[in-house]
Amino acid sequence: MIKIESVTFKHQNGTVALQNVSLEIRTGEATAIVGENGAGKTTLVKHLNGLIKPTEGKVTVFDLDTKQTTVAQLARKVGVVFQNPDHQLFSETVSDEIAFGLRNFGFPESVIKKRLEWALEFFGLTEYRDSSPMMLSGGEKKRLCLAIVLAWDPEVIVLDEPTVGQDLVQKEKLREVIKMLLLRGKTVILVSHDMEFVWSLQPRVIVMAKGRVVADGAAAEVFSRPEVVGEANLMKPQLLELSVHLKNPPQKPFADIYEARQWLVSSVSR
Amino acid sequence: MKPLIQVQNYSFTYMGTSRPAARNVNLEIGEGEIVILAGPSGCGKSTVLKSLNGLIPHLYSGSREGTVIVDGHDVAETQVSEVAKKVGFVFQNPENQIFMFSVERDVAFALENLGFPRDEIRRRVDWALDLMGIQRLARQAPHELSDGQRQRVAIAGVLAMTPKVLILDEPTSLLDPLTARELVLLVKRLHDELGITVLVVEHRLDLLAGIASRIIVMDRGTVAMDGSPREVLARKEALTIGVGVPTVTRLYGLLTDHGLNLGQAPLRMEELAEAVNRLVP
Repeated sequence: MIKIESVTFKHQNGTVALQNVSLEIRTGEATAIVGENGAGKTTLVKHLNGLIKPTEGKVTVFDLDTKQTTVAQLARKVGVVFQNPDHQLFSETVSDEIAFGLRNFGFPESVIKKRLEWALEFFGLTEYRDSSPMMLSGGEKKRLCLAIVLAWDPEVIVLDEPTVGQDLVQKEKLREVIKMLLLRGKTVILVSHDMEFVWSLQPRVIVMAKGRVVADGAAAEVFSRPEVVGEANLMKPQLLELSVHLKNPPQKPFADIYEARQWLVSSVSR
Repeated sequence: MKPLIQVQNYSFTYMGTSRPAARNVNLEIGEGEIVILAGPSGCGKSTVLKSLNGLIPHLYSGSREGTVIVDGHDVAETQVSEVAKKVGFVFQNPENQIFMFSVERDVAFALENLGFPRDEIRRRVDWALDLMGIQRLARQAPHELSDGQRQRVAIAGVLAMTPKVLILDEPTSLLDPLTARELVLLVKRLHDELGITVLVVEHRLDLLAGIASRIIVMDRGTVAMDGSPREVLARKEALTIGVGVPTVTRLYGLLTDHGLNLGQAPLRMEELAEAVNRLVP
């Protein structure tokens, strides 16, 4: 479990990036953090693996106070896949890149080998195993970053804008990965501007604006509040938008297009 | 419409690889069009873009067949600096493009490099900043800006060269939904006011489909579909190829498969809701 207690974070120049944020994220939960650019989302997730320590307040991850724990210890439990893959990649080959984290955590070579093969295969990177990560396309680099983190099997997986540069097939795959992680009891925290992707997971949604949490609840509830959507520069997910414009609206907004099809087909044939 | 970009029987294989990244590509883009180039990752989009701005073959080596012509010039026979005056390229991540100490220095950078006279640089920088609505940011450092503002700085730097074609590589992917929508409207305005030709690479088609005249879909190195947004998105292949078909068009597909007569493919949920509402007794 992750506990964020009255956390304020100030940059060295005095700008306040987070203001008195309190949150609890339960183990096994799917949470999406949304909000405009510069709202403090990335700053918040950097607190979870100790890359940033709170100026005021306290962050505990599985009972470890991040101020008293090293990033290496925390990273084993909280794997963060950052937004810009160029900040995360530095090895000479794709394989080295994946193996690096595993070696650092001291996994035996036999395990490293197995996990490496799994990660290359699963994320469609096998043909690039000996290529330089810098030769990959933007979308492939993102997949590599995800492969690196999932290879060491952390308890909490933080994904910062994972759908950027991903085509439909890769997005579907990512959705499957997230669902698989949740089934295995992992905690998944997603930071995203992609409202359609967020909606498809029907997660708990935390909305941030100007360093504060302005809403926190189920996706359907949060996105139905016009003041929240406006304040945080969001856009209503399309299926929620559809529900609003129907002469014969459903009781609760459609979670996916198949649910929508069923309802619409029966409502026109009645 | 006079074709501004002509790619003819074009193939390219990067050095050290065996599979062609672009395979017999044929496409034509007319002056003043707004075209979306879509397709799964690895489909050859980036290779085509790099061939339009001359990075291929001037910077990347490999074997090449066919021709790429921009505004009457064969890109392979033209210096990169000359191509850069015709084709403005905005990268996906402005962080990789803007790096100077102030916004105006950044916008001036390419002009300085190409040896434009000082007063011409001043005039063009002011013009580009004004056009992008970021005059007031001229003396700010790029790192002090928001992502949306940085994106505008990157576009201003490109526009200062007064290119004929503006190429944007996934311009909205790092922006929040509202900022993304503002950017799309801005691109539309630039197109309307300057008559500039726009080529956008995007996976998220929900926002852009509304302003585009055409969508070209690439798959496995070659052009698989080419037509109006409504036409292309409604086709089953769009889904199979893995184009980011908006939720609304996917649902429309499911409903028409079910025998519902909903008229032409919608690009917005409101349109779909109206079409369904007409059928509700």
